[in-house]
Amino acid sequence: MNPIAWRLATVTAVRDETPTVRSFSLSIPEWGGHRPGQHVDLRLTAEDGYSVERSYSIASEPERAGVIDLTVERIDDGEVSPFLHDVVAAGDRIEVRGPIGGYFVWEALGSMATEPLFLVAGGSGVVPLMAMLRHRARSGAHNPTRLLFSSRHLEEVIYRDELDSLAATNDGLEVVHTLTRSQPAGWMGYDRRIDDRMIAEVLAPLGMGSRSFICGPTALVEVAANALVRLGLPGDRIRTERFGPTGT
Amino acid sequence: MDGLRVGGYRRGVGHRLDTRLVGWRRTLRVMTERFVTRGFVGRPRPDGEGTAGDARSRTPPGQYLTTDFPVLSAGPTPRTPLDRWSFFIEGLVREPMTWTWDEFTALPARDWTVDISCVTKWTKLDMRWRGVSVDTLFEAVELLPTAAFAIASSDGGYTTNLPISDILNGQAFVAWEYDGKPLAPEHGGPARLVVPGRYFWKSAKWVRGIRLLDRDVPGFWEGLGYHNRGDQWLEERYSGD
Repeated sequence: MNPIAWRLATVTAVRDETPTVRSFSLSIPEWGGHRPGQHVDLRLTAEDGYSVERSYSIASEPERAGVIDLTVERIDDGEVSPFLHDVVAAGDRIEVRGPIGGYFVWEALGSMATEPLFLVAGGSGVVPLMAMLRHRARSGAHNPTRLLFSSRHLEEVIYRDELDSLAATNDGLEVVHTLTRSQPAGWMGYDRRIDDRMIAEVLAPLGMGSRSFICGPTALVEVAANALVRLGLPGDRIRTERFGPTGT
Repeated sequence: MDGLRVGGYRRGVGHRLDTRLVGWRRTLRVMTERFVTRGFVGRPRPDGEGTAGDARSRTPPGQYLTTDFPVLSAGPTPRTPLDRWSFFIEGLVREPMTWTWDEFTALPARDWTVDISCVTKWTKLDMRWRGVSVDTLFEAVELLPTAAFAIASSDGGYTTNLPISDILNGQAFVAWEYDGKPLAPEHGGPARLVVPGRYFWKSAKWVRGIRLLDRDVPGFWEGLGYHNRGDQWLEERYSGD
């Protein structure tokens, strides 16, 4: 079997999602496509040969041929994310290989296209789930779907406008936000960290036939996955991925 | 596609002319073919001997050092009460065995201080565990001469495969303590297989037993595009690496 090749991608666009989160569009030659939820490895190499690699989830849907989006949170003491934020601009080239991972994947195929889908995200953990939601919209699936999304402040909600407009298409998607640190005046939504009761309330309309994907910091993933197990969702229908401060 | 610079070499460059693995021939290729990322400098890299140099030489190619203990898993954290916990060894052995928790933790244990590398790129040095060597477990059951591969299985359905040559002779252990405390569930407690010489997905969390086979059967991640062997010094991350 041949190794997954390193390819030289070109950055075609850079845009800010929040004050600390930025998306990069990469055009990749001979890119064979990906499945929503998969990630890529990036490799950065300095003049003296020193190189580092990091994994980033793909944010975009596979329907966009030859291009992927990565969404990266700037971690101030990180080695890679500050470089991506402060240095990388449209026209730059960067080494990429992938796609990688085949378990944390949702596709509008077979029973997955019709089963209720329960997504739980914390902060930049929303990225692989966004690939699923974008793919779901493009594929025309209208299975009952809920995203429970925990952010600290309203201005830190990644993809806020796009999530609003996806939910507004009325194709079965609902987005439920919780803001854990500060809330705007008149905020009617959740205002605390995800807990058992919140999981139970948001899952309820979807029922126990749901499939669940959870991505975020370890503490959030543990709380959400444990709550789903206690509620009776079978363990093999709960898939998890972690985003921690070391994922820089 | 810029064929001169991509795909010209098989594995990651590693940290700066990693002479541990990179012979002169490869060094030459790296020098002539590597793609340099515009503007990338990276963290300061102290030269010479001393602590920093030692840490660098212990960091496999493409990895970065962390002092955290990150958690990764594909599904919910299983929780088996210790009075219902047991550990089996079966398959190509003279005498299959099952230990209860009390029996298992009464086996001759020792402290292990090892460096761990995860395929997600982090490496953590000097991790302190307590547990029983796989050699000790195998002595109890006596492997048949045909036993050549092991598959570890865990609560939650996780599996991982290893040739027994990767886990014999002090290369692997089953740990129930980390850093002087009972191993936390999110880190694989109550007990976890630890194989420091391979990427950390081979160190099955929540391990409940080992089956010995005469053939190699891919485990969970090995069947989902990850490398069958997973040697971090050869950067065997994904199938085909």
